[in-house]
Amino acid sequence: MANGGSGSPLAIELSDINKSFGDVHANRNVSLTVVPGHIHGIIGENGAGKSTLVSILYGFYGADSGTIRINGETTTIRNSADAIGKGIGMVHQHFMLVPNFTVLENVMLGREGSLSVETGARKAREALNKLSQDFGLAVDPDMIVEDLPVGLQQRVEILKALFRGAEILILDEPTGVLTPQETEQLFDILRALRKQGVTILLITHKLKEIMAITDDVSVMRGGEMVAHLQTADTSPAELAELMVGRKVLLEVDHTPARPGAPVLDVQDLCLTDAAGIDQLKQISMTLREGEIVGIAGVSGNGQSELLDVLSGIMAPTGGHFTVGTNQITAERPSDPAELRDFGVAHVPEDRHKCGIVLPFSAAESMILGYSGGDEEDGGWWLSPSKLEESCAGRMREFDIRPPIPKLQSANFSGGNQQKIVLAREISTQPKLLLVGQPTRGVDIGAIEFIHKQLIALRNEGCAILLVSVELDEIMSLSDRILVMNNGQIVGELAREDADETALGLMMAGIGAEEKDAGSAKGAAS
Amino acid sequence: MSPPPPLPRWADVGLIPLINVFAALVVSGIVVAIIGENPFEAMMVMIKGAFVYKGSLGYTLYYATNFIFTGLAVAVAFHAMLFNIGGEGQAYLGGLGAGLTCLLLDSMLPAILLVPLAIMASAGFGAVWGAIPGYLQAKRGSHIVITTIMFNFLAASIMVWLLAGRLKAPGQMSPETRSFSENAELPFIHDIANALGMEMARSPLNLSFVVALLACVGVWVLIWRSRLGYAIRATGHSTKAAEYAGIPVSTIIIVTMAISGGLAGMMAINEILGVQHRTILGFTSGYGFTGIAVALMGRNHPVGIVLASLLFGALYQGGAELDFEFSTITREMVLLIQGLIILFSGGLAYMFNKPLAHLLGALLSQRDRTSHTEAGQNG
Repeated sequence: MANGGSGSPLAIELSDINKSFGDVHANRNVSLTVVPGHIHGIIGENGAGKSTLVSILYGFYGADSGTIRINGETTTIRNSADAIGKGIGMVHQHFMLVPNFTVLENVMLGREGSLSVETGARKAREALNKLSQDFGLAVDPDMIVEDLPVGLQQRVEILKALFRGAEILILDEPTGVLTPQETEQLFDILRALRKQGVTILLITHKLKEIMAITDDVSVMRGGEMVAHLQTADTSPAELAELMVGRKVLLEVDHTPARPGAPVLDVQDLCLTDAAGIDQLKQISMTLREGEIVGIAGVSGNGQSELLDVLSGIMAPTGGHFTVGTNQITAERPSDPAELRDFGVAHVPEDRHKCGIVLPFSAAESMILGYSGGDEEDGGWWLSPSKLEESCAGRMREFDIRPPIPKLQSANFSGGNQQKIVLAREISTQPKLLLVGQPTRGVDIGAIEFIHKQLIALRNEGCAILLVSVELDEIMSLSDRILVMNNGQIVGELAREDADETALGLMMAGIGAEEKDAGSAKGAAS
Repeated sequence: MSPPPPLPRWADVGLIPLINVFAALVVSGIVVAIIGENPFEAMMVMIKGAFVYKGSLGYTLYYATNFIFTGLAVAVAFHAMLFNIGGEGQAYLGGLGAGLTCLLLDSMLPAILLVPLAIMASAGFGAVWGAIPGYLQAKRGSHIVITTIMFNFLAASIMVWLLAGRLKAPGQMSPETRSFSENAELPFIHDIANALGMEMARSPLNLSFVVALLACVGVWVLIWRSRLGYAIRATGHSTKAAEYAGIPVSTIIIVTMAISGGLAGMMAINEILGVQHRTILGFTSGYGFTGIAVALMGRNHPVGIVLASLLFGALYQGGAELDFEFSTITREMVLLIQGLIILFSGGLAYMFNKPLAHLLGALLSQRDRTSHTEAGQNG
């Protein structure tokens, strides 16, 4: 690999790192060199060992063997304090911020510096101002963190790391919670940091980001490093093939939809939560047979609540929706079991908490939601052998690996867990399928499979409501796209008219002038 | 620093309880040695007292019967992630149910009708006493641990009030009902054995033991073979998944607590129908609480609960013998030893899990390294 050129030592040099968890060899002879002042991407599928590797680098785990050199010096990193001491900072996927503290309080947390918080705060404020200026990271230090948009919260995380003297910054899947515009802002910040000489290690599974921002890229697969490349010399197709180990279709084979009769009709649907906050405001839409309608939006803008209401987990507080001939209102709410009888299947957003029961066997998870059973199905009783038999059949059909019905659901990979959920929900031949984040935490190979299944189901005449934070997914699967912001639908685009800029603006609440001019101002950062 | 590999199932279920009991015995042995007795001798006395002496096995099994019922009660609730601390009160109320049935009907119905009716009444009263905290948890959000503890006190007060008042046998001084007629008696096992021509020493062991074993089978079928059990376990492992699945979580909580309370209530049949033949004050004497330790030790599985009940039965019976044999080892010292076992296998049940997991992990990986097996990648 090319050196920095100036003869300065490498920022990070890992050689032959090994780490096992029981039978799982999460990192096998992994080596990595990162040139100082570069943005270095690590890409790989879920379970490829990326997170394990950076956890070792940040001191969460000790490696079983191998050496770590930081700035040319061999070191051992026992915990995150060690890592911080070596100038390594980390921005986690899920922010580690105290929501009801101010920006300043969050940044100085653990670094108060003196017995009196006041003195520490004064020093921290000076340092923070200097950092903000040096790196162009403007944040008001006295804002309460939970009032900040997600993009700014991430900025606070970065400031926190810089405040602790980080010269090497690890970002773990930083764009998962951002709009395309916020992502672009983050990349601007990263470029500014690079200019100041900060070394950045970017962990992601999104090929586009690797291509957009990195100088070098390392690809991991099955716990091993399979390639180190210079970003300029590679292509998304090559990276995808390296990640999966075979050729992958990045584009879905999408034929024009032939929408039929309406299946779901939503009129003025509202949801006010226990705290009195309006989560859904006057949602209206119609879904027809044989079409996929995508809901785009930054997570937390009411998409989850919409799925919860339409699947019967929560009752609406206003308006109504009709499935077939069955009308559900606030006065006459439904429940998930009844809606399943009406032909509504639901792939939930959070498969670990809802979609499967982790300690259950695959066969048991395969009947979650359908455990009521018919009379001819054994009435009150469950027969494990019957469950396992039918589970084995579905495992063959959906290529779920390993095909062991008795295996605990927790022991399947993310992609295979999702296939269990999908197999279960699709097998009922639903009229309406609600899908939340179908490919979150799912590897590329499985994504391809899941997308094919959804298209096939649509072609059979099922209506599909797709909620995803992955814009690419929404754009490649949907026939129509609705955009949600702040609990309301702010726009609709036909498949042909959708592009990232238009969607991104709508997601941020801009371009919804005809609906509500006021909301646009609030959402802009 | 790194988390240990998961403990294999055989070690979790088989090895860990043995290590826990062993640790408790070591500490008990030290205590016995401190007061100047030979711990090994004391151990021998306990074992003989629990299993060898004439009639001792019957006593051990009689105690075990109580623990099976209360242990099952805790286990069933635990599968729905509910900590039923109220076994004591539910069993007490079960005694009221059995008692009232017998008081009302023992002159009218033959044993073949009265006994099943009394069993159902004990289960029913216990079930109600369990279902009320269940309802409060499901619909009102009152924590089940708090309410079941309070319901123990309520049960105790009600029973004192009734047994010292309305239900007290006329012309009696002691707080207990009149004795029931023979129609209300569950036969002693030694009577059955003698009738069949087998020699068996007298003991309080009665047919309740068989009922307890049947209850074990019933609980196993309920939890692992029924749709209700599936719903109970789904609710216990993940309330959100149960809600997603359309399982009526509140109903499941109430029903589970009713079943749990019913099982605890059935403990009363051993004491009331089997031995005392009247309802007396304080017959539960802590069996409901010990059931928590039994369920913990038995890993909430009926087979484990039977084994743990045998251990605790042996401790109760052997402990009594210990008290009898050694002048220095008093009743309180026996309680201390029992307490240590409960502490190690209940309160500290998972103390040895991590070190053992590390040890086994090290041993297994060493074996792997020599045989160089391919480890699968598992996201």
